[in-house]
Amino acid sequence: MTSLEFDSADLVDETRSSDRGLRATWETRPGLFGILSSVDHKEIGLRYIVTAFIFLALGGVEALVMRVQLAHSNLKVLSPQAYDQLFTLHGFTMIFLYAGPILSGFSNYLWPLLLGSRDMAFPRLNALSYWIFLVSGVFLYTSFPLGVAPNAGWFNYVPYASKDFNPGPNIDFYLLGLILLGISTTVGAINFVVTLMRTRAPGMSINRLPILVWGTLTASVANLIAVPSVSLACFLLWMDRHFGTHFFAVGEGGQPMLWQHLFWMFGHPWVYAVVLPALGIVSDGLPTFCRRPLVGYTAVALATVTTMIFGFGVWLHHMFATGLPSLSLAFFSAASMIIAIPSAVSVFAWIATIWTGRPVLTTAFLFFASFIFLFTIGGVSGVMTAAVPFDWQLTDTYFIVAHLHYVLIGINVFAVVGGMYYWFPKMTGRLMDEGLGRWNFWTMFVGFNLGFFPMHISGLMGMPRRVYTYPAGLGWDTLNLITTVGAFLFAVGIGIFLVNVLISRHRGKPAGANPWDAPTLEWSVPSPPPPYNFAVIPIVASRHPLWEERLDETSNRSSLHHGYLLDRGRETLATTVLDAEPDLILKMPGDSCSPFLVALALGVTFAGLLGRWWWLVGLGCATAALAMIIWSWPERVLAQTARASDG
Amino acid sequence: MADMALRNQTLPVGSFGRRASGWFGVWCVVATEGSIFVYLLFTYFYLASQAVGNWPPGGAPSLQLAGPNTVILLLSSAALVWAERSGARRASLGRLLGGLAAAFVLGCIFVGIQLAEWSSRPFSLSSGTYGAIYFTMTGFHLAHVVVGLLMLALLFVWAALGYFSRERHAPLTIGAIYWHFVDAIWLVVFATLYLAPYFG
Repeated sequence: MTSLEFDSADLVDETRSSDRGLRATWETRPGLFGILSSVDHKEIGLRYIVTAFIFLALGGVEALVMRVQLAHSNLKVLSPQAYDQLFTLHGFTMIFLYAGPILSGFSNYLWPLLLGSRDMAFPRLNALSYWIFLVSGVFLYTSFPLGVAPNAGWFNYVPYASKDFNPGPNIDFYLLGLILLGISTTVGAINFVVTLMRTRAPGMSINRLPILVWGTLTASVANLIAVPSVSLACFLLWMDRHFGTHFFAVGEGGQPMLWQHLFWMFGHPWVYAVVLPALGIVSDGLPTFCRRPLVGYTAVALATVTTMIFGFGVWLHHMFATGLPSLSLAFFSAASMIIAIPSAVSVFAWIATIWTGRPVLTTAFLFFASFIFLFTIGGVSGVMTAAVPFDWQLTDTYFIVAHLHYVLIGINVFAVVGGMYYWFPKMTGRLMDEGLGRWNFWTMFVGFNLGFFPMHISGLMGMPRRVYTYPAGLGWDTLNLITTVGAFLFAVGIGIFLVNVLISRHRGKPAGANPWDAPTLEWSVPSPPPPYNFAVIPIVASRHPLWEERLDETSNRSSLHHGYLLDRGRETLATTVLDAEPDLILKMPGDSCSPFLVALALGVTFAGLLGRWWWLVGLGCATAALAMIIWSWPERVLAQTARASDG
Repeated sequence: MADMALRNQTLPVGSFGRRASGWFGVWCVVATEGSIFVYLLFTYFYLASQAVGNWPPGGAPSLQLAGPNTVILLLSSAALVWAERSGARRASLGRLLGGLAAAFVLGCIFVGIQLAEWSSRPFSLSSGTYGAIYFTMTGFHLAHVVVGLLMLALLFVWAALGYFSRERHAPLTIGAIYWHFVDAIWLVVFATLYLAPYFG
């Protein structure tokens, strides 16, 4: 054996693994250094979740202010300019800073626990992804107190967003902020894809992956391919605004429609990226409360992937009213309708799971079940607007606003809040209060439908979106008042949820390892899980490792308390891509400040780009490059250099 | 699906050839960076299809500099292949360093010629949609080359420090994939900007 280093992966009983030894290896040090340098996926996941909820609250307050303005005709609570900034910030916040990151949070927290691993494939990249997300959110929100928040809508169409018509820094905040966030999304996506291919427990073959993993994997692959489109579009528009190029500017050959193409080629896959992992939350959570495995696992997993593949071929349905040739409209209309098929497959699988199961009516179940109902409404209004003539009638009206909120709140927020009730005990060791949970659910459910269903009608009656007020006598007043009341009720529901989280965190009933008697790996470890997740790396023999005795599908049994020890430093097992056979012992990097420094340096760079202070850009780039060199320097302790066996 | 045999195993440790996590990671980078160029091409052809008058406005661009420059970049890739195959894998530090240095120098020459090409263009970034997309697309590529050069320099330092052995040189393998990707993308950019107009 030359300079290669091999080691034995020994199978031992859990009792032979030392909690103190593993803790000493894996635990993040307390204090400021620990906060800035932690690469623990659970810590990062929780940070993602908390930060995303803060953005949800900010976006929610923005919405409520708009709803006050729209409660009655001819109100003057907001100026038209302030209204423009609010609806843009609301959209940007909810779509980009809440809906995507909250699911990254769940997946970051859960993936290694679901997959039977001690961390993600790239723990430091994981930290980087979070820090850049935070920096981009702070970057964007800096514009708000300065009174120069983006104001051309969340899809930022030119020419509204061109220099000629929008000379302030508002749009630059949007463009640079979105590029920065795109970097965060991309590094996060790379981490999920490689984690799936590398760090799964032996036996966790691809036909045994929880659906949440399928959802996040699909979303991550899509993000790798789709995010560059919007980042490029933002860069080109920024060049238009500051370097005199003519990509989008009207006149001199610029093509305003090019922005719409590039934006929606990203935008539509993104819509699926922010719902598919949420579908996964429901697909994994719902069966636990139905006391049976998910009906149609393979069909649901394939539907997840199929939805995304179709999702790349439907971007034009956002542009039906722009005068494109009718042949292309027909094609994209058909493609948009076909997407209903995989969605319906999932819906019927969930219904069948409830139908053939023995539902336990917990708060989490109520959220998951209502999610199916709201998904169906949002899906039906989606199929309606996929029909070109119908869309011509309704595009840019409140019907579309209703549709997109049924989809994004119905499929994302309801799944997420349900998911919090489900996994909160795992994260904190304590159950959320069920009594408060009922109040939480019914307030949100009634408030949501009261607020958003009437928007369908105001849209059908012709009320355009993004108007800051409307004249009296059009018959819109009552509907808008109902919507405003519903919006506030919904907000109260979210408030009850947050109160429940704060109370239950310290005073909730102790949960134990598996309070719901759930089937998947994360419930086999203590709540909250130790820093190293698994005392021994388990060996998986089925889709439901904790339900094998009662399901008795085969004679194979997972080995949860007798597995690979791997305690010579930060180690976890790498397995092969499809069958998850043991392949390699991975040396995992420890806590490091490099990710935080890189994110900070990127923030400085982008602040420099915003003000066109080139010295600051240079300083930021140089710092980032230096931090990345230190980061990637091969380390003997990670067995990245030669002669490791001599060391 | 065969089920896992429960047995002790002897496995390689850490970054190990194509089984290093970074090897998987760099292919993801290739996928996402490659997508940027796909969208740049989309932009190019979209603008071309909507353009009034000739595209490119001054007729097909000259191959006098870009043609040889393409060969230089391909030679740089070849040097890197040589560095890895007959240097690193045969434990010859001399050939490894020589190959890396040759790849680096050829890459630098490419950048120099590309800058000369830029300064000889009769149009500018702001003189119309063609100028805008020409400089943006070649600029994106040039930025990737510069990043690749920094990476080659770093690999040279690590190789000189004796970090790489016959079996254990994952950073070299990973870096090479990125560098070959940058070269392959140039072929696409070159074919689009320089060759396609001759067939238009």
